[in-house]
Amino acid sequence: MEATVAKTGTEGKTWGGGSRPLNASYGKMMMWFFIVSDALTFSGFIASYGFSRFKFIDAWPIADEVFTHVPFLHGVPAPMYYVAFMTLVLIFSSVTMVLAVDAGHKMKQTKVAWYMFFTIIGGAIFVGSQAWEWATFIKGDYGAVETNGGKIIQFLNTEGERVALRDFAKKLPADRVNHLEKNGIWYDTDAVTRSSYSLEEVKAGFLADENLLIRTQYLDENGHPTVLSREESVAKLVKDGKLVVEGANLQHNEYGHPLFADFFFFITGFHGFHVFSGVVINIIIFFNVILGTYERRKSYEMVEKVGLYWHFVDLVWVFVFTFFYLV
Amino acid sequence: MAHEHKLAIFRGAWKFKSNVSKIWGVFAFLCIVTAIEVVLGIIKPESLTGTRILAMKALNWIFIILTLVKAYYITWDFMHMRDEWKSLRRSVVWTAVFLICYLILILLIEGDYIFEVYKDGFIKFNF
Repeated sequence: MEATVAKTGTEGKTWGGGSRPLNASYGKMMMWFFIVSDALTFSGFIASYGFSRFKFIDAWPIADEVFTHVPFLHGVPAPMYYVAFMTLVLIFSSVTMVLAVDAGHKMKQTKVAWYMFFTIIGGAIFVGSQAWEWATFIKGDYGAVETNGGKIIQFLNTEGERVALRDFAKKLPADRVNHLEKNGIWYDTDAVTRSSYSLEEVKAGFLADENLLIRTQYLDENGHPTVLSREESVAKLVKDGKLVVEGANLQHNEYGHPLFADFFFFITGFHGFHVFSGVVINIIIFFNVILGTYERRKSYEMVEKVGLYWHFVDLVWVFVFTFFYLV
Repeated sequence: MAHEHKLAIFRGAWKFKSNVSKIWGVFAFLCIVTAIEVVLGIIKPESLTGTRILAMKALNWIFIILTLVKAYYITWDFMHMRDEWKSLRRSVVWTAVFLICYLILILLIEGDYIFEVYKDGFIKFNF
């Protein structure tokens, strides 16, 4: 009796099923699917950053003035160096990853394990640096005042150097009373962030020192923030000043437009989360390598698939680096 | 799994004896490109920030082009795109590049339009 097997007439053809039309295994193929879709997610974020930046093109913070810190070097302005270091760490961990893949092709278990180990260390250094960068950004540096119109004004001396609030704000007798629910409207709460100086103290200090000027968020034709004259500065602060801002959060940002901080947190946070999950996945694969799972499977393809993900994280960082720190 | 690797980069101008030495070569190249970016980012030469090509500073064009160069070598050599079949390579790269270019184009044009409305249309900073 003949078995009934449905024949489609496509056996042996490239797209007839049962073969690998793109010469990639199922797992690798799916990793590429994921990478393409994740790339679109990231480009959505970065493009919307570009959208907001173009929308406020004449008042966008200059990254060089925002990210000027290097750990253990307090007060030394060093734009770019730390983020360049982070970039190199990530590229280097990509190199050890691709070396692990290469060693996997040659079935060298110990080498794969060592390279995976270095990759994990590199990833951990990167995530740690990212956390430090966030902490510095959130803490802030000079402090600024937000105006009624939601713009940021920063303080300079007549030489054009930035002056921190702590250097000129006057300590006035404290009369600040916490707003408690029992004393008023129950849904009205105290300010989310409290600054170390009140607006009155900043104003008093500013009026007392003739050498202080204000610079606005708006860039002049050379791309530098506009500096006001002393009279304009005084008028601006007294008339428009509304809130003292120190550091950055999702609502206020001493460096300039709050959207800059929002996108910084969102994009580098999303990327940092990718790095973190990459490290976790790398650790799992690292233990699998040590336990000899892939030795028994006679294929280190899993290392290759994780490698694709890890390189993708590096690839995204290359773009984040350019659009947040360089351009 | 493609075991044979193409061992030349820069269109065959730089050939390597083994896959491992190719990886280190690409790493060196990526480091040089990053170093150029960082140095330019710190110095910001007046001649490059002053001139504009297609409504963007020449310096920013350099940064973007160098970024794409780096992206190319990361994808081609670290992610082994160079060794994959043309069909896989094109399905991944062309799809992503097309969609991303389109997204950037419409969002940047829209952003610039809103900027103009704020500037010339007497609308205050309100969203």
